[in-house]
Amino acid sequence: MLMISPKMASGVQEKQYTPCLLSFFIYNPTFGPREGEVRVTLLHTNKHHKNLKMMTKSLHTQKNRQFFFEPEENFWMVMVVRNPMIEKPNKDGKPPTIEYQEEEILDTVYGAVVRQCYCMYKLFNSTFGRAMEAGGVELLIQKLEKFFYRYLQTLHLQSCDLLDVFGGISFFPLDKMTYLKIQSFVNQVEERLSLIKYTAFLYNDQLIWSGLEQDDMRILYKYLTTSLFPRHSEPELAGRDSPLRPEVAGNLLHYGRFLTGPTNLKDPEAKFRFPKIFISAVDGYEELHLIVYKAMSAAACFMISASVELTRQFCEQLDSLVGPQLTLLASDICEQFTINRRISGPEKEPQFKFIYFNHMNLAEKSTIHMRKTASVCLTSVHPDLMKILGDINCDFARVDEDEEIIVKAMTDYWVVGKKSDQRELYVILNQKNANLIEVNEEVKRLCATQFNNIFFLD
Amino acid sequence: MVWKRVHMKVRQSAIRTFSSVCCYTSFTTVETVSYCEGEGRLVVRFPVSGQTSGAEPARCVRMANEHYLELKENPVQFEHASSVNNVFFDEANKQVFAVRSGGATGVVVKGPDDKSSVAFRMDDKGEVKCIKFSIGNKILAVQRTSKSVDFINFIPDYPHMEFTQECKTKNANVLGFCWTSWNEIVFITDQGVEFYQVFPDKRSLKLQKSQNINVNWYQYCPETAVLLLSTTVQGNVLQPLAFRNGTISKMSKFEIELPVIPKPAKLSLSERDVAIATIYGQLYVMYLKHHSRTPNSPGAEVVLYHLPREGPCKKSHVLKLNTTGKFALNIVDNLVVVHHQSSQTSLIFDIKLKEPDCAVNTHQPVLPARSIHPYRVSLSGPVVVPSQPPVPCQLYSSSWSVFQPDIIISASEGYLWYLQVKLAPMVHLLEDKGKLMDFLLRRRDCKLVILSVCSQILGGHEEAGLPVVATVFDKLNQVYKDYLEADQSYTAAMESGPSRGSTAQKRPVRTQAVIDQSDMYTHVLSAFTERRDVSHKFIIAVLMEYIRSLNQNQITVQHYLYELVIKTLVQHNLFYMLHQFLQYHVLSDSKPLACLLLSLESTYPPAHQLSLDMLKRLSTANDEIVEVLLSKQQVLGALRFIRSVGGHDNVSARKFLDAARQTGDQMLFYTVFRSFQQRNQRLRGNPAFNPGEHCEEHVVHFQQLFGEQALMKPSTV
Repeated sequence: MLMISPKMASGVQEKQYTPCLLSFFIYNPTFGPREGEVRVTLLHTNKHHKNLKMMTKSLHTQKNRQFFFEPEENFWMVMVVRNPMIEKPNKDGKPPTIEYQEEEILDTVYGAVVRQCYCMYKLFNSTFGRAMEAGGVELLIQKLEKFFYRYLQTLHLQSCDLLDVFGGISFFPLDKMTYLKIQSFVNQVEERLSLIKYTAFLYNDQLIWSGLEQDDMRILYKYLTTSLFPRHSEPELAGRDSPLRPEVAGNLLHYGRFLTGPTNLKDPEAKFRFPKIFISAVDGYEELHLIVYKAMSAAACFMISASVELTRQFCEQLDSLVGPQLTLLASDICEQFTINRRISGPEKEPQFKFIYFNHMNLAEKSTIHMRKTASVCLTSVHPDLMKILGDINCDFARVDEDEEIIVKAMTDYWVVGKKSDQRELYVILNQKNANLIEVNEEVKRLCATQFNNIFFLD
Repeated sequence: MVWKRVHMKVRQSAIRTFSSVCCYTSFTTVETVSYCEGEGRLVVRFPVSGQTSGAEPARCVRMANEHYLELKENPVQFEHASSVNNVFFDEANKQVFAVRSGGATGVVVKGPDDKSSVAFRMDDKGEVKCIKFSIGNKILAVQRTSKSVDFINFIPDYPHMEFTQECKTKNANVLGFCWTSWNEIVFITDQGVEFYQVFPDKRSLKLQKSQNINVNWYQYCPETAVLLLSTTVQGNVLQPLAFRNGTISKMSKFEIELPVIPKPAKLSLSERDVAIATIYGQLYVMYLKHHSRTPNSPGAEVVLYHLPREGPCKKSHVLKLNTTGKFALNIVDNLVVVHHQSSQTSLIFDIKLKEPDCAVNTHQPVLPARSIHPYRVSLSGPVVVPSQPPVPCQLYSSSWSVFQPDIIISASEGYLWYLQVKLAPMVHLLEDKGKLMDFLLRRRDCKLVILSVCSQILGGHEEAGLPVVATVFDKLNQVYKDYLEADQSYTAAMESGPSRGSTAQKRPVRTQAVIDQSDMYTHVLSAFTERRDVSHKFIIAVLMEYIRSLNQNQITVQHYLYELVIKTLVQHNLFYMLHQFLQYHVLSDSKPLACLLLSLESTYPPAHQLSLDMLKRLSTANDEIVEVLLSKQQVLGALRFIRSVGGHDNVSARKFLDAARQTGDQMLFYTVFRSFQQRNQRLRGNPAFNPGEHCEEHVVHFQQLFGEQALMKPSTV
């Protein structure tokens, strides 16, 4: 059992510092020793990088922790994170004492962050090796600087937790009929606009359909939900005079709008350029335009081969075809969702705080995390409890067998971790005086109500 | 009935002296026809239209594939009309009477089948004006004068001597008569109707009811026993009368709008412009309305008046003919067929087909005009002489008479044909596939044609886009669903017993329009998924569209469709797509589907989890779950599962012990063995296994591994 001490106990003037990013390198040792911050040196292509799932390695020091990750042969990504610390003021004008809490950082969480950095880079730039091939070290450095300069600022290391380890996808719960309507919509759009190679469909920042393979969708989902969507908060919700509200010039038939590419189709100066992404393909990678089109809470991502030049005409066609249909679908989904929630009733509403993850389809569900915003990911529980979850997860990773771990935290919380086949469930219970058996019963009850439609061993 | 500038039609009609009776030459003027005395014997003749062929050959071939109307094989053949042989047709019994020399040298009656054919002689007591059997050939009625009708019994053992009934109304002329049952007959006179019951044994008639009303002419619909009388000077106020169980009920009368009101008033509505028939189970009066001959004449139209059993008659449909000339009407398969004599073509109208660009209930022809499929007859007339090659028969001939619903008679050649529609040629004439489907679904022999249309839109040369495919599926499944629902409510009503409700429900008829999943699978989808020339994306989209449409209509999807989806996805390595479908339960849970998934595990490991989840949800597949887990050597998992569902007591210990021993894990074997010993102790008060459980070898194995003292001993109570 883990014993956790609440932080609030000691003096008022204590100052607490969360972990933060100190430095971030990308390094290739084959380039040879060179002074200064060496980023990339040798041209080296790595055709197979299947060891992406390989664990990152880490080096623990008192002040920092360094994470090393080799996504492509000889290319190392290094991230240095300062340990969280507590600054205790001293009397007599002495400099304050600094206490580093080196055990508070989880390797799995920040290891996952480094891997995610690479995946995100690769989504928009393809591999390091490809940049080397195309334009040598200079191009690679240029690309890296351009990408990471902005990306690193969005990392928010202090709020990274178990969900970053999973890197899961939240699926939108939907009845069969509405789901089939969406299928039908996607198929018909892909048929009419045959340029479209893949489509993904999301509602309320949750995935409903992916035409991409799982691993590509996982990172695209991450990008959409943590970066693109939060930047475009609903203009429908914004006031009439709000600058957020886009020109809905003359088009009152639907709420569709482009989140990538042109903000206003009517603008004669509009540029029809879309972000390009790289996904895995049978023979390496595939480069695609990413069109994200949204109507109310429904978002459709259309991916088109980058070799095609997208024109105003195409965008107008897409807008007029997709806009009205997507608007209609969005209100259908909303209506269906409301009905379902009413039917299932309040007893189905989770009264538990839990995180669920399924390795098979990357489905994740959390009642601990608030809705993600552009800046931070808020949790409703104390970071210490989140750390216990991370610890249990590490334990699970060590063995293949199904397991169950029950932890009593100092603060009257019970934390339960269960692993059954490819699924993991973490529950936090706040029940004073509950004993082990009662907690076990409580979790059984949760499984019976929330997870009765999957095979989850008790 | 006759081709008239309008149409031909007759109630009963005698067809006789062909060439002489009337001849219409003008398309626009309505001549008063020198109608043969009595009732409708009629004849019609068109101006000879001259050459019938002469189109270039290519067009001929194309056209040949487009004839959507044809005369049915095996027409009724009879001795053609001549100066000594008068021919009559009875619409009620569908019998043709060939009366030679007033009956003295024989009357030959030919019906739709051999059974209804009769031949007899009767005395020549003057020219026959009208001759008809009562229903079932029991009594023959013959009208020879305008005052009376003669009767002859055809019931064995009844007196055969003729008896006569004069009409009761003074100074009235009998226009004709209609049988309404085997022994009830209506005389229609110019002053009203008289409804009699015939007593063949007493050779007398008894007047049951009568109505006084001035009658110009009448029409009779035998199916519904509704008689339509033309009244007033202009003749355009129609009074329908319904005959049932010895009573006459007056239906509401109505007025036909005439294109021109004549001054001074004179008879302006001709009997030949009016027909009465049932369409889609409803009675309609069809009026062929000619427009005056003006330069911008909009063309003639057929106006349909709906005659409900109760309530007022309403003008309900207008069929636009877009041309002028002589027309004749038939009803075939609930379609209104309008024959146009001068162009030698026919048009069809479906009153249930909504025209988006027309006002409600105004209809354009469903298809472009085409002629009836060429027909050949043997020269020798009714006698079949095989050695002589048949010659083309002149279609739309002026000697044709047309009767409701679907009968065409050529009295001069001695043929009675039934007209029928051919659906296959229509498929290519109707561009709009949604409309085509609506049209086909209402036809009688539609199944194969519909299935072939489905195959065509899925990548034949008429390949259509997904929206069209979706529309077609929705239309098919709507009909399918309506049938399923009707059948279910029938079954439910039968099960609840005959006590409830006195109205005996009829089992719903499964028409050909009910295209179920097995039809679609067998005739369309399974071949479609095999096609190499169609992209797999399209194949999957089509399958999903079909499943969507079934779901939308709340029809349970059959397993073989899911199998088809899975097979197609697996063939193209689209496992993630499959995974998502299963995640949203698009492919509904079933044991066979779960087993199918298990078989995919080697190529797609997550299938294992999907399968177990499905078995769990089925909640009737606990044995299967245990088998799956044991086969994966997850012995403890299996044991925990079977305990959690309360099946531990009845499970076979041997199965678990076998699996545990196979793992080679001694501690596992120990645990499982102990668990069952405890179960035995709990159930029977003794940890030993029953001989029936066949666990002896495992007991020996346990002892060898852990020693005899490790065995649980029976607790001494």
